[in-house]
Amino acid sequence: MTDDTEGIILSGTIVSVKGLNLWYGDHQALKNINVDIPQNQITALIGPSGCGKSTFMKTLNRMNDLIPGVKIKGDILYRGQNIYDASVNVTDLRKKIGMVFQKANPFPMSIYDNIAYGPRIHGVRSRAKLDEIVEKSLKDAAIWDEVKDRLKASALGMSGGQQQRLCIARALAVQPDIILMDESTSALDPISTGKIEELCLQLKEKYTVIMVTHNMQQAVRVSDFCCFFLLGELIEAEDTKTLFSMPRDKRTEDYVTGRFG
Amino acid sequence: MRRKFYNGSMKFFMYLCSFLTVALLLFLMGYIAWRGLPHLTWQLISTQTSHRAHTIGILPNILNTLYIIIITMIIALPISVGAAVYLTEYATNRKVVAIIEFATETLTGIPSIIFGLVGMLLFIQLMGLKSGILAGGLTLVMMIMPTIVRTTQESLKTVPMSYREGALALGSGKWYMIRTVVLPNAIDGIVTGCILAIGRIIGESAALLFTAGFGLKLNSFVKSLQSSSATLTVALYVYASEQGEIDVAFAIAVILMLLTLLINFLADLAGKKLRKA
Repeated sequence: MTDDTEGIILSGTIVSVKGLNLWYGDHQALKNINVDIPQNQITALIGPSGCGKSTFMKTLNRMNDLIPGVKIKGDILYRGQNIYDASVNVTDLRKKIGMVFQKANPFPMSIYDNIAYGPRIHGVRSRAKLDEIVEKSLKDAAIWDEVKDRLKASALGMSGGQQQRLCIARALAVQPDIILMDESTSALDPISTGKIEELCLQLKEKYTVIMVTHNMQQAVRVSDFCCFFLLGELIEAEDTKTLFSMPRDKRTEDYVTGRFG
Repeated sequence: MRRKFYNGSMKFFMYLCSFLTVALLLFLMGYIAWRGLPHLTWQLISTQTSHRAHTIGILPNILNTLYIIIITMIIALPISVGAAVYLTEYATNRKVVAIIEFATETLTGIPSIIFGLVGMLLFIQLMGLKSGILAGGLTLVMMIMPTIVRTTQESLKTVPMSYREGALALGSGKWYMIRTVVLPNAIDGIVTGCILAIGRIIGESAALLFTAGFGLKLNSFVKSLQSSSATLTVALYVYASEQGEIDVAFAIAVILMLLTLLINFLADLAGKKLRKA
């Protein structure tokens, strides 16, 4: 893969996936996935429903561990360390690789406590430090101005788009390295979606973003690197421009031009 | 024409049924109040029975009821909530969980006199406790645990999966997640379950006959643990059937009725007030 995209990926690789296979019981959901995810870029995972893109993303922060009957083979190297190694602490891994879900899932607590939840897990107790983290995270998620006067109000009173940006802020509060976004704009209106896309473009300066999306225009608009999945296989992984303009594989071409999926 | 007659008569029949239900309930409450209220005096509820002065007082029984609630809940609450958390959050073998759930469900339906019998054999004959609040409380623990486990479980199941995922994705450990996100959102159900359990404790008599005893003397909390102590319901039985004091029995009945009303009202209130979002 690196050979094909040489010169386009400027920064290094942050996650390197080698020979990844995953089964849910007897059903093989991921088949021999090999890919290098570039650092400080936005990587989009695309493909029709059930193609394994969400499953793939959840292997990166080991959220699949929670599903009974999952079997995983292969290596995922995050900064050179195999995250499925027995010595890896899942709590530390998830601190480094944050996740934003398809549906905004703020906790039924105040806006402040939502953001402070992560830092508190990792032992931040000082009020001043928490105040600082909350403000910074909300600013980084571009929602500070909207909520700074009601930090003590329940997060459930916010609009859907605000809730999703709050969830992004909550993920940022633990100072992650990578942010996974699982169709995080699919339930939002175009304006909220636009805000989050804009936010992603800012985030990639400090973080690596990996997003699952069903929206091909979104992948084109925001992503730098793109992986196309089909029936559990990674068909093509390229820089986004190439993948959409000159796909190597016929199936990729059919999908991105809207002939199926 | 026939259909109209049929519909009309069925409607009348349903009407009659609901009227009878309500009328019976009102009659019962009215009758108990009518018979009991005149005898519900301050002396009755603030003193203990004195054979020398020929007065009857149920203060010991009121306190015994309170003591047994405290003992039972202190033991039953942590164990039941712990069991419910384990069953819903940790247990992975669905079959075993289903069997345990079935067993707890069955336990809630067993006649309480059987719990009394088992409690007597287990706590008094085997473990050597004297009949009293402790043996009675332990027996009630067995009896109400299934209730609290079931209501807590149902309540835990209503906490959205997305909260759990959100917490875990931030690097939360499982117990931290349960403590900070799951339990606070299930508290309404847990509290409701506890209040209903307290209702059962107050109303229980059969399970206590062999275990807590019939004692009518006023004892300190510590002393009452190991000496025969009748709760209100048991005292009602003693005064009514052994001493022929029907008026006192009705006065106790009024107190129990009021307590039941209060309990149901509290359960309702707790369910509403504590529910978030």
